[in-house]
Amino acid sequence: MRKVNQKGWLFVLPVVILVAFNALIPMMTVVNYSVQETFGDNVFFWHGLGWFEDILRSDRFQAALGRQAFFTFLILIIEVPLGVIIALSMPRKGFWVPVCLVTMALPMLIPWNVVGAMWNIFTLPDIGLLGYFLNHVLGVSYDMTQNPTAAWVTIITMDVWHWTSLVVLLCYAGLVSIPDAYYQAAKIDGASNWAVFRYIQLPKMKQVLTIAVLLRFMDSFNVYTEPFVLTGGGPGNSTTLLSIDLVKIALGQFDLGPAAAMSLIYFAITLFASWLFYTLMTRHDVK
Amino acid sequence: MAKITLDKLRHSYMAHPSGPQDYALKELNIDWQEGGAYALLGPSGCGKSTLLNIISGLLVPSEGRILFNDRDVTELPPDQRNIAQVFQFPVIYDTMSVYDNLAFPLRNRGIDESRVRTRVEEIAAMLDVTEMLRVRAANLSPDNKQKISMGRGLVREDVNVIMFDEPLTVIDPHLKWKLRSKLKELHHRVRATMIYVTHDQTEALTFADQVVVMQDGEVVQIGTPVDLFDRPQHTFVGHFIGSPGMNVLPCEVREGRAFVAGHDVPLEGAATPGEGWTEVGIRPEFVSLGATGLPATVRKVSDLGRHSVVEAMLGDTRVNAIVEGEVPGQGEAVHLTFRPDQTRLYRDGWIASEKGRAA
Repeated sequence: MRKVNQKGWLFVLPVVILVAFNALIPMMTVVNYSVQETFGDNVFFWHGLGWFEDILRSDRFQAALGRQAFFTFLILIIEVPLGVIIALSMPRKGFWVPVCLVTMALPMLIPWNVVGAMWNIFTLPDIGLLGYFLNHVLGVSYDMTQNPTAAWVTIITMDVWHWTSLVVLLCYAGLVSIPDAYYQAAKIDGASNWAVFRYIQLPKMKQVLTIAVLLRFMDSFNVYTEPFVLTGGGPGNSTTLLSIDLVKIALGQFDLGPAAAMSLIYFAITLFASWLFYTLMTRHDVK
Repeated sequence: MAKITLDKLRHSYMAHPSGPQDYALKELNIDWQEGGAYALLGPSGCGKSTLLNIISGLLVPSEGRILFNDRDVTELPPDQRNIAQVFQFPVIYDTMSVYDNLAFPLRNRGIDESRVRTRVEEIAAMLDVTEMLRVRAANLSPDNKQKISMGRGLVREDVNVIMFDEPLTVIDPHLKWKLRSKLKELHHRVRATMIYVTHDQTEALTFADQVVVMQDGEVVQIGTPVDLFDRPQHTFVGHFIGSPGMNVLPCEVREGRAFVAGHDVPLEGAATPGEGWTEVGIRPEFVSLGATGLPATVRKVSDLGRHSVVEAMLGDTRVNAIVEGEVPGQGEAVHLTFRPDQTRLYRDGWIASEKGRAA
């Protein structure tokens, strides 16, 4: 048998220790809580997979998961194509390039909770610019604290405003790396605009697009701050996404067992979906 | 196939060119015959790629016209000119198979799928890529990718001209030779008009029936490889073609005779009348060392195997001589003789001796 040099592991060791202390060990305490029950006084006893069963069967969890999936679905279906379209229509050369890039990057520089607060004020029906305009100028009844549809439209719009730029910038980076010769060759080959997109631009953007989809999936699936600041999960529970619900259970109700079980389920779903996206999007890549 | 005419063509990248120095391409008048193999040769930045892009329609010239078979195509976009172009770097559609790559230009033109199949198979056989047809194009080596780029040009039967823009740049040296002969063979088989742009004299001289040598946006000479070697019309051509290039020695002209460092040097023919900076040009192949002639000192001798290049100093001027057999040592004093019928006179760079008639 060929002798394999195992010294490489030593170099990985510092990272393993670091990750262990800031992620794995804290997570183990979550695992610990998820299989125990308590009646207070810091007395815990074994509960098996009971919490997991309860969570998976609970209507509340299923509803929150459904809302979360719907939110992420809308985000991806809007932000990815929109990002690609904006990137395609941005100039590749000249004075407007830096202007466009900076304008695009601006929303991403704003902290999450500030974005939530900004949009909250922006949409207030009596004094918010948008809220006032819709209600008093256009005469559309719009109040996201009362109407679930309005709340949904607002959190989706806010996320699109905040994060489409990420997709744009990544795609743009992919686009500018395409040499002119490709476009010239396509012209000479008589390719239509659609063919240029399908066979030149899309394949060249694929790598960055994969990253963009993964990042947007993970971030939107785990989103907390912005919708929490904006709607607080309301009206009712209509915008209570998984993360908001989890915080309610863990810190509001202090049900550590169910919260821990829910965290692990949440984590598993995110991990599995990310793996799925990645595998599907890279299965044709050249090794 | 088409005859290509460039009529008073000029191009400047500036909106308002004020003088000749602002033109990337100075006035050009060229006729290229149907089915010929032509090369555009010149150093980087001489305007050859500009000219190529004008012919392919990627660029509209500032002035002048381009005619394909006497039809004005100056304003037509590339896809309506029926041309093909092979670029410096292989351009292939990564996600398609080799077959689909070759079929792409035909399918875009709505050609019948059965016709596409016969054409693609024909071209694949010509390029020796038949066994790769099902492979994804992204998995090919650079030389095969470049073959596929060529194939996409050849696959259309009605192309007016196929243009090559330094197509061997990214190809390994040992494969360059193979691709070059393949190209020559293809030209014989398809008889398409081909224009080959390069800064490599070997590529140009082996490929083309006629070579256009360019410098600073200007055509310096158009001729067969033999013409360019034998009688360069400009010292630039003399320098640029040949290895080593032509020796160019400043000289004085008195009563139709040339004097280099005070010595009378017989020319191929009489000097044409005129004023200006004069030089004598002689290829190293026609310089010989002997007992009499211009006195010089050997500075360096390079043994190239079949022959040696002797670099001698004639005053401050360097003269190369190609010598077979015995060579002098470094520092030795030698005498140089120039073969008279190969000794040309240049005035301000342009040839100024008459052919054949001794003075």
